[in-house]
Amino acid sequence: MSSFLASLLGSPAVTAALLIGSMVAVTSGAVGVFVVLRAQSFAGHALGDIGSTGAAAAYLVGLAPLYGFISVGVIGGLAIEGLGNRARERDIATGIVLSLMLGVGALLLYILTQRSNATGGPVSILFGSIFTVDPRTALPVALFSLAALLLMLLLYRPLVYATLNPQAAQARGVPVTLLGALFMVALAIAVEESALVAGALLSTALLIGPAAAAVRWARSVGQAMVLAAALSWLTVIAGIALAYQSYVWPPGHRGWPVSFFIVMLVLAEYLLSRLGRRPRVIARKEAT
Amino acid sequence: MRNPAADIPSDAVLQLDDVGVTLGGRTVLEGLSFSLRPGEFVGVIGPNGAGKTTLLKVVLGLVRPDGGRVLIAQQDPRAARRLVGYVPQSFTPDPDLPLRARDLVALGLDGTRWGFSLGGAQRRAKIEEALRWVDAGHYADHPVGRLSGGELQRLLVAQALIAEPRIMLLDEPLANLDLRSQDEVVSLVGRVAHERGVTVLLVTHDMNPILGVMDRILYLAQGQAALGTVDDVVRGDVLSRLYGHHVDVVRVHGRILVIGTPDAESLTCTTCDA
Repeated sequence: MSSFLASLLGSPAVTAALLIGSMVAVTSGAVGVFVVLRAQSFAGHALGDIGSTGAAAAYLVGLAPLYGFISVGVIGGLAIEGLGNRARERDIATGIVLSLMLGVGALLLYILTQRSNATGGPVSILFGSIFTVDPRTALPVALFSLAALLLMLLLYRPLVYATLNPQAAQARGVPVTLLGALFMVALAIAVEESALVAGALLSTALLIGPAAAAVRWARSVGQAMVLAAALSWLTVIAGIALAYQSYVWPPGHRGWPVSFFIVMLVLAEYLLSRLGRRPRVIARKEAT
Repeated sequence: MRNPAADIPSDAVLQLDDVGVTLGGRTVLEGLSFSLRPGEFVGVIGPNGAGKTTLLKVVLGLVRPDGGRVLIAQQDPRAARRLVGYVPQSFTPDPDLPLRARDLVALGLDGTRWGFSLGGAQRRAKIEEALRWVDAGHYADHPVGRLSGGELQRLLVAQALIAEPRIMLLDEPLANLDLRSQDEVVSLVGRVAHERGVTVLLVTHDMNPILGVMDRILYLAQGQAALGTVDDVVRGDVLSRLYGHHVDVVRVHGRILVIGTPDAESLTCTTCDA
């Protein structure tokens, strides 16, 4: 075990992956709690797909995919928020922005495969490849994560109010529309960062999975955010360790995708939270 | 009724002068004028579509009237938001919602402020006091998704009350409650008005649960309103004028039934068809 740990931490690509993965995981978990509470997982998933178009464009012009993911993700998120105010409208707006961006993305990925004659770019955008992420991306990831987490700290109370008791919040003058837009920015950052780790198609797993389990287990929203961040962090660390270990596994001895392990771990957490006894029921009996 | 000397307008907590509201081309409220005193419990009654919810939205400053003037303690509703507590219709939290009873109440205290709460003894004491006042102390740490309808309504009253409002608006707080919970909520809201001096506007489609507690009744129909004591307003002649057609008021076993209104058709038509 200790030799495994030593070899894991000895590889620069793996240490970079662990560092970037940790920051992404914590952001994703904390933001994900509100995605679960606001029932915005469709928007969250759409942002991952929308961002992939930006990532493909960034790849084409030689920029780090992260910048393409985040810039297009934030714009897409604000477009979704601006187009749809009510729940049903939002659903349709999300679908429209999503298809538009995926259409453009299809073209960009086509050009990409034609030009480089390799599938590495598209595959890493869609399914993630944390081991090939440029270690220099760590700094921007750290800054974006910090921005998203600070935004969540700032929004915390009015966002809880507007999310859980929207009519009362609006009556008290909480700026519900502004909050929705600001939360979209934090959500876009979290989703696009997860896309870097787990891929655009699977970024929702990291966003929703640990948060859904945490919401079930926690007793307050703040507690859920801390718990989701911790679960998400463990998931990414374990996913990276398993992927590293899988280099000696069949068939190709080239390592299984990290996203596969992350999704499996997320599924396990989710099922555990659904099947397991709810600790709050016990807490209630004690309190009575 | 409780304070006859308070009829001077400057004492009014809520004052409406000739307020009219048109929504989507339909006149919802027309020429509405009344003023309410501190600590008055007013029941807002009327058939569906009579403008009860619209009236609350006008007081909350969420709907701008097309004409007339609304004053809350001599201020515009938008400037007076802090003075108005609101208990919205239908709050049905998910059973797994990670929100304790005390957190729901705390939202009324500082939920509109940016950032995290750093806690503090004074804040905690205020929340405790509000929980105790609505008799919710024993379930303060329970998740809200597992509370009964009556327990939730008491928390929502505490959430509105903790901001120390001058007016409290409650939109159908008795809907979907069993009779015992209805009584508990009504007597609690009665104490809000008569002990704390908060002017209460309680919207309900059935006036009977609040007959013993309300000071005046605001009866809305066809965009018009009648305000007064139950004996003055809930009479065949007054309500017939309001509805624009004949309605009967029947008193049985201390309960009041209004017969011939659009709402009561389902009740009466079984007999009138026969």
